Amino acid sequence: MNLASHYTYFVTILLLMVGLFIVIARSNLIKKLVGLGLFQTAVYLLYIAPGKLIGGVAPIIGEGFDVYSNPLPHVLILTAIVVGVATLALGLALVVRIKEAYGSIEEEEILERDAADELNATDRA
Amino acid sequence: MLKQHLPILLVIVPLITAPLIVLLRRPLLSWMAAMLASVVTLIIAIPLLQQAVDQGVISYAIGTWPAPLGIEYRVDAANAFVALIVALMAVFVMPYCRTGIAAEVRSEEHYLFYAMMMLCLAGLLGILLTGDAFNLFVFLEISSLATYVLIAMGRDRRALVASYQYLLMGTIGATLYVIGIGLLYLQTGTLNLADLAQRLPVMGDVRATLAALAFITVGISLKIALFPLHLWLPNAYAYSPSAVSAFLAATATKVSIYVLMRYFFTIFGETVVFDARYTGTLLLALSLAAMFIPAVVAIFQKDVKRLLAYSSVSQIGYITLGISLSSVGGLTAAVAHLFNHALTKGGMFLILGGVVLRYGGASLERMAGLGRTMPIAAFAFVLGGLSLIGIPGTAGFISKWYLVTAAMEEGQWWLAGAVMLSSLLAVIYVWRFVEVAYFREPPEGSPSRGEAPLSMLLPGLAMIAACLWFGLDATWSGSMARAAAEALAGAWK
Repeated sequence: MNLASHYTYFVTILLLMVGLFIVIARSNLIKKLVGLGLFQTAVYLLYIAPGKLIGGVAPIIGEGFDVYSNPLPHVLILTAIVVGVATLALGLALVVRIKEAYGSIEEEEILERDAADELNATDRA
Repeated sequence: MLKQHLPILLVIVPLITAPLIVLLRRPLLSWMAAMLASVVTLIIAIPLLQQAVDQGVISYAIGTWPAPLGIEYRVDAANAFVALIVALMAVFVMPYCRTGIAAEVRSEEHYLFYAMMMLCLAGLLGILLTGDAFNLFVFLEISSLATYVLIAMGRDRRALVASYQYLLMGTIGATLYVIGIGLLYLQTGTLNLADLAQRLPVMGDVRATLAALAFITVGISLKIALFPLHLWLPNAYAYSPSAVSAFLAATATKVSIYVLMRYFFTIFGETVVFDARYTGTLLLALSLAAMFIPAVVAIFQKDVKRLLAYSSVSQIGYITLGISLSSVGGLTAAVAHLFNHALTKGGMFLILGGVVLRYGGASLERMAGLGRTMPIAAFAFVLGGLSLIGIPGTAGFISKWYLVTAAMEEGQWWLAGAVMLSSLLAVIYVWRFVEVAYFREPPEGSPSRGEAPLSMLLPGLAMIAACLWFGLDATWSGSMARAAAEALAGAWK
């Protein structure tokens, strides 16, 4: 196996891991979404890179072009990008609402406040 | 003429209704549109199932582009049966929403609520019917995004955090699934599921196939809430509006379970997934863990909604246990439990929703004396609980019976004991409710509350009644589960 010819996979895996690490390790809700975005975007590379041929053009029949790139991965990823944007938008909207409700976007502080609420509730009962 | 378009209509009807509701805006009008669309999907799902059982496989080419290049909808007894369950649950939940949602969602947001319910329904039905791996991902995200919004509509601010956490985990799951199908596509050059099923065995035992199997399994398991990937589920069910808890508990995880079964048995094939490696053993171990650990956690919950949520994780363990046996008997048990548990848990959440409306919360402490203040609701809830335990005469018993029979056919006698033991845990958490509701006095000076409005009570009662019906006469549900299992186990031709 030639490592150099597979470098796109290594880049993909690296980006995936970086994204996933941010989601797990950061407590800031916005930063988590940044990590999630990176994680999703890395997958685009997994699809697109193998679809591209060096010297290949868009698959439109024309004189002088006989090497074409595979258009299907591009189309798929276009859909995946839309999904990614929708997810990110919804995630950010949720963070705005969380900030309004809790006054914080740090996961630990939010969990602390919930725990405090629960303690109060049992005290009252 | 219309008959051949049933597969696409099933998805299109709720999908079109969603933007229509946004245009209608008025709460009553949007509810009527959503109700109508749900009834229409059920009317479509019934003949579709009949057709699938009679014909075997129905293939529908979207836009008449033939498969494998075009997107194909492929319907057989398995997905038509699960689609019927989903449509049925929508029809049960919708009448409940009219009054049930009024207390939990601001009236100017009602139309958005119904639009999201319709999108969620369309997404779930799309996942079931599509025969295209990438199309499945798109529908998965449509239903998931709608679900995140629905959960966030809960009154409690913790609903927002629950929704956010589910968004993170759900997106990771869906992305893992995309990686999996990406690997499959790179190897085979096709995304059509039936085509994949034919090309994969030719590839032989390639490591990339196994990597794809691993990614898809973990990704979908996150959506199933298979133990230990269930962490998003309890909060999501506990803080979302009651109608949403009922609908999700009855459908969302079930649809993902169907996807897992489809990939395991139809696409990768039993030999790759079970015979050649330890997937079966691993799934068996996780299912057993799911049957016991969340059931124990459920016993210690103070909030009845959370208790039911943990019980759901535990019940999912029974379904995956059926899958891990990798026999037609095991699959029958899995599909039967999928149906029976959807009825039971959906009904219990709906009944509980009425109680929450009257009591202003789902904490167990507040429900002291419920058997006296809301006798019908308390009794129906206990009947649902009996089905969770698996008492003979309830639907839960039927699926556990199938499960134990399937385990014995495989020579795994000890599994029967495990199922019994885990049912004992269910006895404990159901008993906690019985004790509070029937053996404690209602607190002094509490206002007389009375039953929930009929429109909220009836759908729940209907589901619990269905759960008893299918416990006494399992001919139809059993034969459907059997047909679905055979369709899953057989090659998809």
